[in-house]
Amino acid sequence: MTVVSVENLAVALPSGADRKLAVEDISFRLEPGEVLCVVGESGSGKSVTANAVMGLLPKEVRPVAGCIRMGERDLLTLSETEMQSLRGSEAAMIFQEPMTALNPLMRIGDQIAEVFEAHKALSRRERQAKALDLIREVGLPDPEKAIRAYPFELSGGQRQRAMIAMALALEPKLLIADEPTTALDVTTQAQILDLIRDLQQRHGMAVLFITHDFGVVAEIGDRVVVMREGLVVEEGLVDTVLSDPQHDYTKRLIAAVPPLSPSPARYHGEEGPILSVSALSKTFRSGGGLFSKARVVPAVKDVTFEIARGETLGIVGESGSGKSTAGRCVVRLLEPDAGQITLQGEDWRAAQGAALRRQRKRVQMIFQDPFASLNPRTKVSSILTEGPVANGVPRAKALARARELLSLVGLDESAMGRFPHEFSGGQRQRIGIARALAMDPEVLVADEAVSALDVSVQAQVLDLLADIRDRFRLALIFITHDLCVAAQICDRIAVMREGAIVEMGNTADVFGNPQHDYTQSLLAAVPGWGESSPLTRWRRKLAEA
Amino acid sequence: MTSISNKATGARDFWRRYTRNRGAIIGLALVWIVIIVALIAPLLYPQSPWRMVQRPFMPPFAVDGFWFGTDTLGRDIGAGLAYGARVSLLIGLVSTFVALLIGIPIGAAAGYFGGRWDDALMRFTEFFQTIPSFALAIVLVAILEPSLSSIVLAIALVAWPPVARLVRGEFLSLRSREYVQAAVLTGQSSLAIIFKQILPNTLSPVIVLASLMVATAILLESSLSFLGLGDPNVMSWGYMIGAARTVLRQAWWMSVFPGVAILLTVLALNLIGEGLNDALNPRLARKGR
Repeated sequence: MTVVSVENLAVALPSGADRKLAVEDISFRLEPGEVLCVVGESGSGKSVTANAVMGLLPKEVRPVAGCIRMGERDLLTLSETEMQSLRGSEAAMIFQEPMTALNPLMRIGDQIAEVFEAHKALSRRERQAKALDLIREVGLPDPEKAIRAYPFELSGGQRQRAMIAMALALEPKLLIADEPTTALDVTTQAQILDLIRDLQQRHGMAVLFITHDFGVVAEIGDRVVVMREGLVVEEGLVDTVLSDPQHDYTKRLIAAVPPLSPSPARYHGEEGPILSVSALSKTFRSGGGLFSKARVVPAVKDVTFEIARGETLGIVGESGSGKSTAGRCVVRLLEPDAGQITLQGEDWRAAQGAALRRQRKRVQMIFQDPFASLNPRTKVSSILTEGPVANGVPRAKALARARELLSLVGLDESAMGRFPHEFSGGQRQRIGIARALAMDPEVLVADEAVSALDVSVQAQVLDLLADIRDRFRLALIFITHDLCVAAQICDRIAVMREGAIVEMGNTADVFGNPQHDYTQSLLAAVPGWGESSPLTRWRRKLAEA
Repeated sequence: MTSISNKATGARDFWRRYTRNRGAIIGLALVWIVIIVALIAPLLYPQSPWRMVQRPFMPPFAVDGFWFGTDTLGRDIGAGLAYGARVSLLIGLVSTFVALLIGIPIGAAAGYFGGRWDDALMRFTEFFQTIPSFALAIVLVAILEPSLSSIVLAIALVAWPPVARLVRGEFLSLRSREYVQAAVLTGQSSLAIIFKQILPNTLSPVIVLASLMVATAILLESSLSFLGLGDPNVMSWGYMIGAARTVLRQAWWMSVFPGVAILLTVLALNLIGEGLNDALNPRLARKGR
């Protein structure tokens, strides 16, 4: 018996949006015990679909055609009260960001018990007992303690486990997971995916899994629906769709997914390093006054590496590994506590104040968030010229150079007169790259520069980075949490954990023959690239053709 | 991606969000009336508001042309209201402007430089915040001798701490933004970063706060005048109420009309502040509904 079937669903966006319908003519069925992945890039309408099923659409966004059947009922015709009793008991949902989805002022146990309370199930004592059972089932460590913990006391993965416990409380037939692992580290992601798979099989639930990541689809999905701009372009078994995609868009999307195999070695260090870092350390101290002890976090411990012109060094690690702190020390946004940084044979740490300001252009940075890294009130022309003008370049010359750089990063000259909000994420990242290039840097630090982008855009920006690196013979330090991306662009890779580099070497060596346990576990946790994975098979087929 | 492609549609968008708040439209209309009355006061009442023009204690509508009646000395209350509007608006706007001139740099420096600077500047701000503002204003005006400029100064000196606090908070959160760090990396000076990168992005909440500060300043000026600490050369609403308070039972109109004028002006400014808040922070506004 079908758990839920969506038939010819169309959802309208408010007037003034970039298209009329968020989703159009969407149909799919979800059988019990099945994991259906809805995959697509941002703006494809995948989350709108999930929210429509839960009746969680914002007021201005309303369904205009089709129906969502669950048993006998059409969910689109139910009243808000009927939807309320259905949510939690028959369909439950988990979200991307467990920190914001949990109430920060409520203990985990109480939040789980609240689900029973909302549906007037069980007595007070039974609720607490059931909450403890659930906490055990989702594998939170030390359940007796976890039940009394507040969300901030848990790690990201543990919070997502708590969310899952809440979703499971009333044994729903349908679990909707909206990008549940996107905010998590790769090893945690693997654990959560295992947990979802395991619980789904044990409870015979149907799971509607929304994601942008084909690796995750290969890992957890039974069937997959590929969406693009509100339309379903392809649907089928994960095994067939991923190993033999039919639609052009699916092919392009899967081709853009970076595989977990290093690109062929390109650079052979024939000249000395331009930048060398040795024994770099940075410790953060926060709080601490007359009455309290300061919190001390050693973010970077004794890090040593060097990089030559035209080379790309990848620094990979999970969140909290200190990779960004190391990058920020190199560009001197942070002052390291100890260690040497040598740039072109000079002591880079010696420059201070005005002297530092004059030299800052030599080491530039590309930031992660394409939305936060451009001043919303400044036109692109000033974003690109402010830096050079501050360094004494005449305005007219800076403007001419800015135009040149825009075409170099693949944007039209007309972009000069526009504001950042008029561009897409990928275009903004191109502007960010142009801003860094405008300074004629010698070293470029890219801090998670492609992490916020869709896969197809990600591939383009990676190509652009490789291109400018070769064109200007830049030393590129590429900081990322994503091993697949690192494999594409890096010549050498340094793996960081808890502030220290645990392994460093040529990309091919690190990926082909990882020495350190941590590197091995990181590589094993990357979803979707096992030997039998459909993605691997398709890639092999491509290579043969 | 849809976008607001030029300034004209940006302004239209702003106006659309502003007018969604009906109270804000009423507020704007009221303030316009007050501004127009203030501007054409010399045309409406060519004679000085201090001049005695009719018999004293004349109730409203008793004689044509004297709709608001006269006060204890036979001065036209209508003229007082019109000229008082000038004083109230002038003091409200100028003192707010001066308060912004003091508060924004202090808040910006504290938020941007942090550390010791922040500590020192915020303790200084707290020093002003711990003194009851009205008492401080009275003392300042009494020391400086009442005049328009001393009143403006006194009001500005008690009104700037909230501005400094607000600007500091905005700077604290904005200075760790990536575009600010990018500006640091391109070698721009601290001053350039403060004025070009951060300050423009803090303006929306400051504008909302300023509209409310104008209202508070008008109230404060009225209170000072009521106590006889107003500029003796200009007619103000507060002075009119203060002068009429002894005859409140016999001649209600002498205090009620200027009182209503203060009430409506302050109310209108608060409504405008709320409308500006809706228009400048559209996300917050929608959540409230």
